[in-house]
Amino acid sequence: MTLPPILAVTDLHAFYGRAHILHGVSLEARPGEVVALLGRNGAGKSTALKAIMGLVPPAKGEVSFGGQRIERLPPYRIARLGLGYVPEERRIFTDLTVMENLEVGRQGGRGAAPVWTEERLFALFPNLAGMRDRPGDRMSGGEQQMLTIARTLMGNPSCVLLDEPSEGLAPIIVEQMANSIRTLKGEGLSVLLCEQNLHFSQAVADRAYIIEKGQIRFGGTMAELASDASLREQYLSI
Amino acid sequence: MTFASIIIQLLNGLAAASSLFLVSAGLSLIFGVTRIVNFAHGSLYMLGLYGAYSLIEALGRTPLGFWSAVVVASLLVGVTGILIEVLVLRRIYRAPELFQLLATFAVVLVIKDIALFVWGAEDLVGPRAPGLSMAVEILGKRIPAYDLLLIAIGPVVLGVMWLLLTRTRWGALVRAATQDREMVGALGVDQAKLFTSVLFVGSVLAGLGGALQIPREPANLDLDLAVIADAFVITVVGGLGSIGGAFLAAVIIGVAKAFCIGIGTVTWFGFEVSFSKLTLVVEFLIMALVLVARPYGLLGKPQAVQRIAADPAPPLTAPSWTMALVWVALLVGVPLVADRYVTILLTDIVCFALFAVSLHFIMGPAGMVSFGHAAYFGLGAYAAGLLFKRAGLPMEAALLLAPLCAGAFAVVYGWFCVRLSGVYLAMLTLAFAQISWSIVFQWDSLTGGSNGVFGIWPSAWLADKTTYYYLALACCGTGIALLWRVLFSPFGFVLRAGRDSPLRAEAIGIDLRGFQWAAFVLVGALAGLAGAVYAFSKGSISPSTISIGQSTDGLIMVLLGGVETLTGPVVGTAIYTWLRDAVARHTEFWRAVMGGVILLIVLLFPQGLVGGLKVLFLRWREQRA
Repeated sequence: MTLPPILAVTDLHAFYGRAHILHGVSLEARPGEVVALLGRNGAGKSTALKAIMGLVPPAKGEVSFGGQRIERLPPYRIARLGLGYVPEERRIFTDLTVMENLEVGRQGGRGAAPVWTEERLFALFPNLAGMRDRPGDRMSGGEQQMLTIARTLMGNPSCVLLDEPSEGLAPIIVEQMANSIRTLKGEGLSVLLCEQNLHFSQAVADRAYIIEKGQIRFGGTMAELASDASLREQYLSI
Repeated sequence: MTFASIIIQLLNGLAAASSLFLVSAGLSLIFGVTRIVNFAHGSLYMLGLYGAYSLIEALGRTPLGFWSAVVVASLLVGVTGILIEVLVLRRIYRAPELFQLLATFAVVLVIKDIALFVWGAEDLVGPRAPGLSMAVEILGKRIPAYDLLLIAIGPVVLGVMWLLLTRTRWGALVRAATQDREMVGALGVDQAKLFTSVLFVGSVLAGLGGALQIPREPANLDLDLAVIADAFVITVVGGLGSIGGAFLAAVIIGVAKAFCIGIGTVTWFGFEVSFSKLTLVVEFLIMALVLVARPYGLLGKPQAVQRIAADPAPPLTAPSWTMALVWVALLVGVPLVADRYVTILLTDIVCFALFAVSLHFIMGPAGMVSFGHAAYFGLGAYAAGLLFKRAGLPMEAALLLAPLCAGAFAVVYGWFCVRLSGVYLAMLTLAFAQISWSIVFQWDSLTGGSNGVFGIWPSAWLADKTTYYYLALACCGTGIALLWRVLFSPFGFVLRAGRDSPLRAEAIGIDLRGFQWAAFVLVGALAGLAGAVYAFSKGSISPSTISIGQSTDGLIMVLLGGVETLTGPVVGTAIYTWLRDAVARHTEFWRAVMGGVILLIVLLFPQGLVGGLKVLFLRWREQRA
């Protein structure tokens, strides 16, 4: 049984200024599936997510989400269709409180996607519950990372793009983050996350793609990747 | 000064501060979210005054008529703000910041002429506020009741704005967008709608600031640039994006001005100090002091870096020798075939070209945008004129010494300016230009005040217009060639490196500030040369050579041609000067025509004329290849 993919990317090309970063990336994520996009620094992981989200306008290729073509839409329209984006380096609004950060992310509910309220999010990230009125710039890195995910969830997405959720976090927080992602999967959300941390990805993802120099070099289940040491050696080891 | 008169001056100052605060709060709000320095904000204030005047005439001089007029005028100005956003700004949010600036200049020109068309050139004196025209006696002095009302309105608006920004979803979105608008978009917020609403609120505040002034000051066409200068100063002193800071700064500056008027002339240690003459300068002095001590204003924070992927400036290409020679030959040849009129116009263009190229040098490759470049042009012109007329030097000597004088001023001004960057730097340059302008404007005995100085003619051997044109061409051409040459010297590389990454430049051992200071002095001296040549070509000098108008003309010339190419500013100067001359001969409303043309260019060629043509040319060549 295979459901049609909720997110399908075909032959995506993108540029930063004149630099050609993505050279025909194709990947997909099915409903309720956690997919990891793995690769080294500079391989094009973040750019792939940004291009899907419309933050870097794709030069060529197709992106469809929930059966609708989105590669020409502005980011806010894409977000409103139910595709959430969690940036790297967190990018929370440091002048705003936790509650205000969540307010900025608030959008109406849509279709089958789980509906989030502040209280449900505080249950998912208990650390945040005690700091509702704390400004963003007085939070630790881990708390900020939770807030940035919670903020995106306020838009009630059906699929979330997660850019390096484990980056720069203490091991215990990484463990919590993995739990949270599994909870999201349990809610029926699809997740496409990009990571350098293979261990973390193995803990949460069903399938993985490996990207290098802006091209997909591997696509398969986590188990296939785990059994192929030479693949990991070639594309992921430092 | 008695205690009573201190209180009275304080109240005067607070009353004046109210409108200043309203305008500045709007400007600050708009800048925070859109990152556009809206030069048209003063024009919106002016429209508020004119609108209130007409509406009061229509609705009757009753309390109801007066206050409905004030409210309706503010709302109409708000709608004007929406129109500006939808018709112009929305189309160029992705364009470079400086180009957005150019668009708002164009809007200033258009609004000025609309006001001229609708309300005429005469000052319009509005009525006193009905029901509030009496005076209240405080400590034995009489204070207009309306002033007391104004004093109350400032804090009320501050409170309302604070509630809006901290207690509503709209406020959270505005503050979030001020910090990272790309992220706000990725969270599903329609930025266009948010920007439109911000433009509306900001414009209503400007309109209200203007409308409330109708009992206190006549509506006139010079308000736009005068008010924008005040509003810039206040937002910068208070800290960009901080509404509370704007209030604080408005109060400090309003009160300081009132005291300068109140104190009048005093004698200290045998010197007469005229404080009333300081009124025009005091706010700029405060600003210079504040910015040196607190580079982000009283309550401001360092500007968040906007994460819009801006392309780095492309490397410069040196103009080819062949092209340069062809142009020089053409410029030398023109007077042989053209009439006297064309020669005079060409002399203007040549002077302005050096002015624009020197401005381009500092704002483009050196990365320090100046809103007050006319300071050096005007000081050069005045130095030449005064050395010739008052000191009795020969014309040739005055012409040679003038750039040194302008350069000397640049040494002082530049020392302060290179300590700042971005919009704060631009505002400080504006402050210095205004200080220079005020000194020239008020020092009647030396500078002739608002009339300027007449009879500054070149020596006999240069009296012929064609000969003088050749002199101008030689002086300014050499200046331009020098500036261009410098850009390809190690000094030029350092400046460009500093623009692209100050941190990296300093990390490899470059004393960036020192080099930027030197650049300031160099362009100051050469702009001074342009001013001196210009002064002798006109035979007179006036404070308008230092005015904000002259500075913005320079910016328009540079941006019209395009800041990314060397020849752009020269082309921009030629087109702007020629067009202004041609249009002004046919219609009183030349500003609106110029504004329209500039808007068209902005919307069609977001890289400037030369930049845009270059892109078209490259595309054409690629297609052929």
